[in-house]
Order: sequence, then C-alpha cells, then structure tokens
Amino acid sequence: MRRFATERAKKLIVGSFLSSRSPSPSSHLLSSSAAAAASAMGSTQSPPVTLDSINPKVIKCEYAVRGEIVSHAQRLQQELQTKPGAHPFDEILYCNIGNPQSLAQQPITFFREVLALCDHPSILDKSETHALFSADAIARAWQILDLIPGRATGAYSHSQGIKGLRDAIAAGIAARDGFPANADDIFLTDGASPAVHMMMQLLIRSEKDGILCPIPQYPLYSASIALHGGSLVPYYLDEATGWGLEISEVKKQLEDARSKGIAVRAIVVINPGNPTGQVLAEENQREIVEFCKKEGLVLLADEVYQENIYVENKKFNSFKKIARSMGYGEQDISLVSFQSVSKGYYGECGKRGGYMEVTGFSADVREQIYKVASVNLCSNISGQILASLVMNTPKVGDESYESFIAEKNGILSSLARRAKALEDAFNSLEGVTCNKAEGAMYLFPRLHLPQKAIEAAKVVNAAPDAFYARRLLDATGIVVVPGSGFGQVPGTWHFRCTILPQEDKIPAIISRLKAFHESFMEEFHD
Amino acid sequence: MSPRPLDYESLNENVKKVAYAVRGELYLRASELQKEGKKIIFTNVGNPHALGQKPLTFPRQVVALCQAPFLLDDPNVGLLFPADAIARAKHYLSMTSGGLGAYSDSRGLPGIRKEVADFIERRDGYPSDPELIFLTDGASKGVMQMLNTIIRNEKDGILVPVPQYPLYSATISLYGGSLVPYYLEEEANWGLDFYNIRQSVAVARSKGITVRAMVIINPGNPTGQCLSEANIRELLKFCFQENLVLLADEVYQQNIYQDERPFISARKILFDMGPPISKEVQLVSFHTVSKGYWGECGQRGGYFEMTNLPPQTVDEIYKVASVSLSPNVPGQIFLGLMVNPPKPGDISHLKFVVESKAVLESLRRRAHIMTDGFNSCRNVVCNFTEGAMYSFPQICLPPKAIEAAKKVGKAPDVFYCLKLLEATGISTVPGSGFGQKEGVFHLRTTILPAEEEMPAIMASFKKFNDEFMEQYEDCRGYSRM
Repeated sequence: MRRFATERAKKLIVGSFLSSRSPSPSSHLLSSSAAAAASAMGSTQSPPVTLDSINPKVIKCEYAVRGEIVSHAQRLQQELQTKPGAHPFDEILYCNIGNPQSLAQQPITFFREVLALCDHPSILDKSETHALFSADAIARAWQILDLIPGRATGAYSHSQGIKGLRDAIAAGIAARDGFPANADDIFLTDGASPAVHMMMQLLIRSEKDGILCPIPQYPLYSASIALHGGSLVPYYLDEATGWGLEISEVKKQLEDARSKGIAVRAIVVINPGNPTGQVLAEENQREIVEFCKKEGLVLLADEVYQENIYVENKKFNSFKKIARSMGYGEQDISLVSFQSVSKGYYGECGKRGGYMEVTGFSADVREQIYKVASVNLCSNISGQILASLVMNTPKVGDESYESFIAEKNGILSSLARRAKALEDAFNSLEGVTCNKAEGAMYLFPRLHLPQKAIEAAKVVNAAPDAFYARRLLDATGIVVVPGSGFGQVPGTWHFRCTILPQEDKIPAIISRLKAFHESFMEEFHD
Repeated sequence: MSPRPLDYESLNENVKKVAYAVRGELYLRASELQKEGKKIIFTNVGNPHALGQKPLTFPRQVVALCQAPFLLDDPNVGLLFPADAIARAKHYLSMTSGGLGAYSDSRGLPGIRKEVADFIERRDGYPSDPELIFLTDGASKGVMQMLNTIIRNEKDGILVPVPQYPLYSATISLYGGSLVPYYLEEEANWGLDFYNIRQSVAVARSKGITVRAMVIINPGNPTGQCLSEANIRELLKFCFQENLVLLADEVYQQNIYQDERPFISARKILFDMGPPISKEVQLVSFHTVSKGYWGECGQRGGYFEMTNLPPQTVDEIYKVASVSLSPNVPGQIFLGLMVNPPKPGDISHLKFVVESKAVLESLRRRAHIMTDGFNSCRNVVCNFTEGAMYSFPQICLPPKAIEAAKKVGKAPDVFYCLKLLEATGISTVPGSGFGQKEGVFHLRTTILPAEEEMPAIMASFKKFNDEFMEQYEDCRGYSRM
C-alpha cells in the first residue's frame, strides 16, 4: 500500500503543478468533509499537512530496506495467522535487514550483564547479586557507574557522550589501530545513522553539493543526501573483480560531476561493504586516502562491519590507521569513521548505540558539530555504555573471558559458514552469479534474467529484480531486497539477502530457493 | 589554498544559524569552572536525575530483566526482583522479535503503541489509534521530524511562543524555515494574547510567509503556565480559521503544581469541540519519559500522536522514520511502563505510588520555594511555576549593568548569569536563549536541586543579586557629590 500511495501521490503532485492555477489543485486528496470545511473557511486551501504541501525532500527520499516488499511480507505474515494453509510456506523469513537478534542470534552475555546492572544499580549493593551476575560484570558496572556523575544513568549526559566512556572507546581505537585516538573526537549517537545524518547536514548546502557514494550502496546514504537536498555522485564498484573500488572510476565520476557545476564535498566508503561484502585491500585504501587528500574530499568511512570478516586473507584496517601509517595527520586529511553496536558479533540493533570519530577538522567546525549534537541533548545512555563495551571487551584472565570468546567465535564462525553456504547455493542456480561475502552480513547475487521475465516485469510495472523478489516471497516466504534499492549498473539486476537466518534453517532455505528458482526459470525461459 | 569542504566558511549556513542556549555559552563556562574544581549547581537543563532525583524502582527492575533475559530462568531471580517486574519483563520481551537487541518496527513496537493508545483513551475519554502513534528516541526527535516534514523553504513559517524552549528555534533554523513569534504576556501570568498572535501572523503574511503550524508548550517551558480549557479551545479555533497544524508539546503533563488548571490535552478539547473542527484541525501531540515524575532523560524515550493527518502524509513520515530503522527498544519499554504503570493490587503498586508522589509533592514545594525566593530579591519579579520544571524570573537590570555588559560584548542577561555563575556556582540559562521582549531580561533555572539544598541555593542567589543590584544601582552620577 505504501508504494502505491507514494506512486499515486507523485502523479497527483505532477498533476497539480501542471494545473497550478486551478481553484483547488489538491481537492482530490481531501476527504469530502475536508473539502466542505475548506469552503466553510471561505477558501480553497488544503489542510497544512498534506502530501502536496510537505517538504518535497521527504517525498524524494527512499529507503528500500524497509520498503514495499517488506510491507507485502508483513501482510502475508498476518495472513499466515488468520488463514493458515493459504500459502506454500508456514513462516516469513526476513532476509531483508541486518537484524541478527530478530533471527535468534543471542546477545553477548557479558555485555547484557553489565547493562542490566547499570540499568538497576541499586542491586549492586546486595549480596544476592553475586549469585546472579559474574564478578567481572559487577566490577565493570561499578567502574562504568563511577564515570557517570551521581551514577545517574537516567540523566542527560554531555552531548558528545559520557567522557569516561569516550576515553574507553578512544583507548579501544588506539589498541585496534596502533595510533592514538582522542575522546574529544568522539560523538556517541543513537546508532551510526544519526551521525551520518549530522555529517550530511553539515556538508550539504544545496543541490550543488555532491557526495560520492559507491554503487551499490546502503541506502541510508542516498536517503540522507535526498533529505538534506544534496546530490549523490555515484561511483560504480566493479562486480567482475569482486566489487573492487577503482580509483580511476571515482576520479572519472568526480570530474564529471565537477564539470556539471557540482562541488563534490565528500566520499562515502563502506568497508566492509554493504550490500557487496568486499573488504578493501590495504593498497586500495592507501589509494583512496591519497585521492581524498589530493582532491580535498572528506572521507566518510562507514566501518560498522569491522568485526565481520570471513576470509583468512583479508583483515580490517581502519582508514585512520591507514592514513596515519602513511604519515598523514590532522592537517592532511578530514576523516570521519562510523562505528555501531548493531553489527559485528554483538548485533545489538535495538539498542541504538554507535559513534563517529571525527579527525582533521578545525576547532570552529567541531564547535558546530557539537552544537548540532546538543540540540538533541545526548544519545541514550545504555547505548553509550554498550559502545564502550564493544570497544573494550573482556581480556584474557577475566572471569568472563572464556565464555565471551566462545560466544564471539561461535557467532563469527557460524556467520562465515552461512556466508559460504548461501554463496555456493546462489552460484549453483542457473543464471545467477554471486560474489563472495568477504565481510559484512549480506550476499548480493546477480540475476541474469531471461528476456521473457524482463518483459513480464514490465507488464506489471515492476523492475525485473523487484518482480523476481516478489515472486520469491510469494512462493517461499523469503524476503530479500531488490538490487534497485541499492543501485546497480543499469541493465543489471540483483537482490540483497542477509546471511542471518540461524544455521539450522539454512538448508531448508537453500532448497526452497532452488525449487523456486528452477520453476521461475522454467516459466520464463526463452 | 582553496577552502576545504569542512572549513568553517563552507559549512551549511543553516547549521551556523542554529543556536541552542541550553547547552551554550553558560553551560560551557560552567563546565570549565567545574573542571577547575569549583562546585557547580547545574540548573540549565531539565535533568532531574543529575540533581539527585532517584529513578523509580519498578521500571528499572523491568528493564534490567529485559536486558538480561537469562536471569528470568535463574532460580535466584526472585531474591532480587519482585514477581510483577518479572512478569512485566516477560510481557515486553514477548512483544519483540528478538528482545532488546533487535530493531523493532520503525514506528515502535506495536504492543507498546497499543499501551500508549490505551493510556490516551483513559486520559482523554476518546479512542486513539496505535497506527498513528510513533515512538521516537526522545520527544525532540519527533519534533524535528515533524518540522522537517512541514518546512519546505524559508517562506514556511512556524508560530512559536516567546519565550520558548529553543529546540523549536534551533530546528526551524536547521531546516531553513521562518520562526513567527507570538509573545506570551508576562503580566498576565504568561497568558496568551490573541490580538498579538493575529498581529504576528498578519506581519508574517505581509512578508510573503505562509504560516503553516503553531507550537504550544503546555505546561510551558520556560514559563511554566498551564493553559485553561478556554485557552485551548480558542487556540484550536484559531488553527481552524488560519489553517494551521497544531504542534502540542505536552511533555510536562505530569508536572502540575496548582489545582485550578489541571492538565487537559489538546486532543481531548479538539474532540470535545465536535465537527467540523474535530475532523479538520490537524494536530500532533508530543510526550516523553524524560520529564514528569519519571525524569528518565538518558533513556531517550518519547512519542508523537497524529490526529487528522491524511494517510499518505503518515506514510511519508513512516518512510523517513524507517531510514533510522527504529527507536531504541529500552526507551520504548520505559514509555510502555510510564503509560501503563503498576496497578492497585500489583505487588509493586504501593512502592511505585509512594515514590511517584514523593517526587511530585517535592516538586510542588520546590516550585513555591523558588518562586517566593526570587520574589524576595531586589529587582526580581517571578511568576509562579504552575507546571513543568523551571522558574523564569525577570531580572530588572539597572542601566549601568546593561552598559557594563555592552562594554564586554555580552548581552545583559548573559552578563548577569555569568557573574551569578562565577559568584555562586549556579549555572542558569539567560533569557535571551528562550526569547523575550526587547529590553526585558530573564534567566531560566530549574526547580530540580534537592529540596534540602534549596534554601541555601536561594540564599546564595539573593546575596549575589542584591549585591549586584547595589553595585550597579549605586553608580548614579550625582549621589556622591
């Protein structure tokens, strides 16, 4: 219903532009009683908040991850309850969104122990608490509470986040990278997404400001750029070389944009990639750093999947580490790194925890960033605490270390197995090729669809990948996101599928997928 | 060297225009002084727990159990948690698809939105639709979302009370709209003046501004006044006549310190008025867990409820909400607990009521202590804090003080507040941060410092103020001759 409403509304808006002189251009959007009221008011104004009078940037912004196919899936899910047996499957499998704990991934016990104690600190004084919580969780909770004025976890904190927690995160960054990090550079936010929005707000003055984004990209970037009224300057990742990032391609797009009068302000790099899953090679990262320095671009490094690496021959290097190891400091490159508690092996999406580390900016710009952060007062405290735990985990010798490591490795190795199993499954399908998921949480297979299928899609006014995804959902209950939601080379079709369903469900998913695909290809073969 | 993308000159101008005094100059100075070892009493922001107010026990028990669901299976859990907290934790966890760690529906968990709708129906006597209730990371995010939806460009005007909570002015600047001020009448207990409101609208329109929305803050911030039923009726009629959406900031609805004007929601009055107004006036109402007697600011829990918005608009708002995936789940649970607290008969009911009443009654007493304290000071006049959490005394600054302020490049009330801070450690927000009539100065403080510390704080203020007034009133040229 949502897509339909939006499409219909878009047509109506165009219609109203064309008939701008007519007495009530949007009267068909009003209910009859509203129209009566409008005439009772002696005017033909529509109410203040209607589709034709809201911010057009809102209308322009799209976010496919929770778009139309998901609404349809939710309807089917309701039908499964009200009309059992109505569909050839008995559950909906949401493979559209990186939401691990909604698919039965368990949270890390130590983190939850600490958070529970911080939420209810009055039990820390009770002897019974030792029967329920591990000693090092209790110790860590005390230590964290001591960083919070009055131990008041219900109070607004400093707008960048609690200082002591930022110190812990800075220490974690330094330990990870081997280069120092500064608590004052860190802004704790309700997830990484608000931090991305903040940077877009700062950077985008008008539609003449462009932001380079990878295609395919996680559509937060396209949505945020649209919401803030800027221009997305695409640079295409190379599917043939495992979604490689070619500097020559980026340079070409940059120059092209500039020739059209766009001031290109920043480049988004998602590493590991979403939806594409590639982990950048160090050499590649050095090229990117060099390029940003030379072209005066802010490097917006989305590094939320830094703990999700599934291949032996690649490892995560933060862009800050790369830049510093090249000898580049604060004067040389403006760099923003985004991290989140939603991914990794912790998957704490619902907590809304994350931060951006901002380096290479002048003091007066940092003041502006602080000022914007302060309007919202602060991010949620529990999320801040969790971010500090993620960057500062149990160490060898801690009571919880063994169980922590077992939980962490269990989740990561399972993710690696699932990534491989699904990658192999996709590659086994006729007309489907799928690059390896070196990292992150997704596979992005390419559909080489027969012409008949493409035509059938056209008939129902759908993009071919959306058509395929819809058919897949209707036949199997599996929800994926059509590639058009992420961007792709025109004329190519993909979909994004997460690797998150629990391991014991994967064989059934694969067999249902295969059965569907075979019958689809049979229906539409040329 | 050509300007780099994030050099100051090349920032989004709208960002530069934003001012948010609540964490502005005074707060930064106070933080500096605190680092140097000075004892600071932060009364700059409505942040009860930071000033010693304790969290209510029951919600913390429930959320702690939700954080660590493995506790629920532990035979020892009853040693630390009452049975009703355990049951409630299970109830909320069953609403989720994966506990606290999973993104919920972008509008918030349906089960909690239903609890909010039920609360609204009990409060107002009219049914409420959970589909029109969106949970947010604090009410501020909801306000920002609505204003972003409404404001298209600088020709869109939003009516905002003066004085106002500067989230509104900051957000309007950020989104490039126009603030259309309407002045509250200090002499009439910060009452509404419809003549002034109509004037403001006329002036704005004559400048080519389309006035789209009207903000009311009830109870008021910083002013504390509680609107009467007649006031709200008049406001709704006005919005109907002028085709404005009413944005009703009702986050202080639990904080009422007088009995003449209890809180009545704008929505209730809207429906009481019947058609056509009840069907036509568009209304968005905001609430939060940060205020009331809960004061759970750090959780970032809130909601907005939409009335009479067309479905396509609601869809668009939902779409934008989905870009941020979901509001934080613990904050949603706090909200559920707030609208659906322990009931008579529940194990935790008595303690919950005792704790809540203690907070509210103390706030009421502190509202009086503070108002009376300010009124006993020279050149200070203060309306009673009928609701919310603030006191907004008017400081009649002598001309010499104003000159002294000008000399050091500060607004007069900023000058006063900085001196107050340095002398007493009391960190307030100058009235200019909220808006005030030209030449009239105020400061905003909260009524939140602990009750036992109030007398000393007010004495400290009085000593500073009266000495300040003596110093700056005494400089009359002829008196020494």
